Amino acid sequence: MTAAIVIQSLASGLLMGLLYGLIAVGLALIFGLMDVTNFAHGEFLMFAMYVTFFCFSFFAIDPLLASPIVAAALFVFGAVVYLGIVRFAMRARTNVGMVQIFATFGLAIVMRGLAQLLFTPDYRSIPHTWLGGKTVSMFGIYLPAPQLAGGAVSILAFAVLYVLIKKTDFGKALEATREDAGAVALVGIDKNKVFALGWGLGSALVGLAGAIMASFFYIYPDVGASFALIAYVTVALGGFGSVFGAFAGGIVVGLVEAMTAMVLPPSLKSVGIYAVYLLVVFFRPRGLFGSI
Amino acid sequence: MLEATDITVTYAGLIAVAGVSIEVKAGEIVCVAGANGAGKSSLLKAIAGMEKAKSGTVRFNGEDLAGVPAHLITARGIAYVPENRRLFPRLSVRDNLRLGSYIYRAKEDREAPLDMVFQLFPRLAERLDQRANTLSGGEQQMLAIGRALMTRPRLLMLDEPSQGIMPKLVDEIFQAVTTIRDTGMTILIVEQRLTECLEISDRAYVLQTGRVTMSGPAEEIRANPDVRRAYLGL
Repeated sequence: MTAAIVIQSLASGLLMGLLYGLIAVGLALIFGLMDVTNFAHGEFLMFAMYVTFFCFSFFAIDPLLASPIVAAALFVFGAVVYLGIVRFAMRARTNVGMVQIFATFGLAIVMRGLAQLLFTPDYRSIPHTWLGGKTVSMFGIYLPAPQLAGGAVSILAFAVLYVLIKKTDFGKALEATREDAGAVALVGIDKNKVFALGWGLGSALVGLAGAIMASFFYIYPDVGASFALIAYVTVALGGFGSVFGAFAGGIVVGLVEAMTAMVLPPSLKSVGIYAVYLLVVFFRPRGLFGSI
Repeated sequence: MLEATDITVTYAGLIAVAGVSIEVKAGEIVCVAGANGAGKSSLLKAIAGMEKAKSGTVRFNGEDLAGVPAHLITARGIAYVPENRRLFPRLSVRDNLRLGSYIYRAKEDREAPLDMVFQLFPRLAERLDQRANTLSGGEQQMLAIGRALMTRPRLLMLDEPSQGIMPKLVDEIFQAVTTIRDTGMTILIVEQRLTECLEISDRAYVLQTGRVTMSGPAEEIRANPDVRRAYLGL
């Protein structure tokens, strides 16, 4: 194995990791905000990929161009899921945790079932995109243009998210709500509004990831499952509820996956991720950047 | 300014407040005194909309507050500093104060009350970048009051501001309360420490097991032989 191959595969791993971070951050955001784990997160990703697919097949909008549209659609969808389902699940008098799990888990099953019913279980793909099939070569390594664009979108999204959380009043309201949701009314903040916007924002981010991924992954009703699993690992690695931990966690997962693929057969490429996950859970249960 | 009439609050069938009526007039400091479990905190929570009263009405400046959610009650001009202060613990003093002016985020002068807050509690100005949970009990109370003032209330409700605070700071906080009133604000304060509370109040209500057992001007309550025996240890 030459150094060039190693660098080549680490670079691909890094790009994939940036996408993993973008997939996972919405999960981390919502968990941090209100201690609710969205078990339908993978189905949100699936839904975003289909929205991208239909943007292309009906309106011939390129996935890259469609990504803001998909993010906006998912924003609305996430807010509606909070207002229509999660809000009521949180009002349960007993066993709130269980009720929340089953509410989002049930949503996942419904979404998957509906996708099979309406979109059929066929594997779809977007055949021609602006960037499809193109590669960019830098320093002797070749990177596929769609993945490179995905990495750039992810970095951009995290930068915008950073500014939003650290510099705006909405960001402060988010932080205050995650600190003590019961107390924000004391300063005139409506926690339900913050929760709904938090679900919207978290879903918009996974929507962005879905739009990017639709350009180089097959789109089918179960596509969310494997990515959701990686997203949970990413969130656990980065630290539950830590938005920027998800960024770092995603990169770690992407790199570890690439390194594993170099030494183990491709079918075992996930082994490394789960090994690292176990190590982190044993030695630093709150994750790399968790503050719980 | 505030008329709470016949307020009843129950927790899982247990009655915490049983038909209490109190009135606060503009510019007054009114003290609601009573022992632990007398229902003082529940009464304030019901007024602030943080707890749903089983029955009774709250009117603020003539408007019925029935069904108004807590965050809108804050926006209407009632600031509530709860017993356990409920600061945002991992946010800085600066951010806690800034969140206090969240309602005015679109306004140029959103931080206008800050000067008064720093005059009242100069310690806060020295600790702006410290996280709220690293402050002492007294400083946390100051920050909680400061954050409440940032919402520009017309009525400030304080739940046991002296709790868990060293005696020197208790005086400082009670002193601040009178200063706040002198700026034209109205204050409703709930306390176990009857002596200090009566000293700064205009009127007082004494609560016992969820009912008002006595009410009137602060001097009268202070002079009442029963109160002197039961609460003041005289």
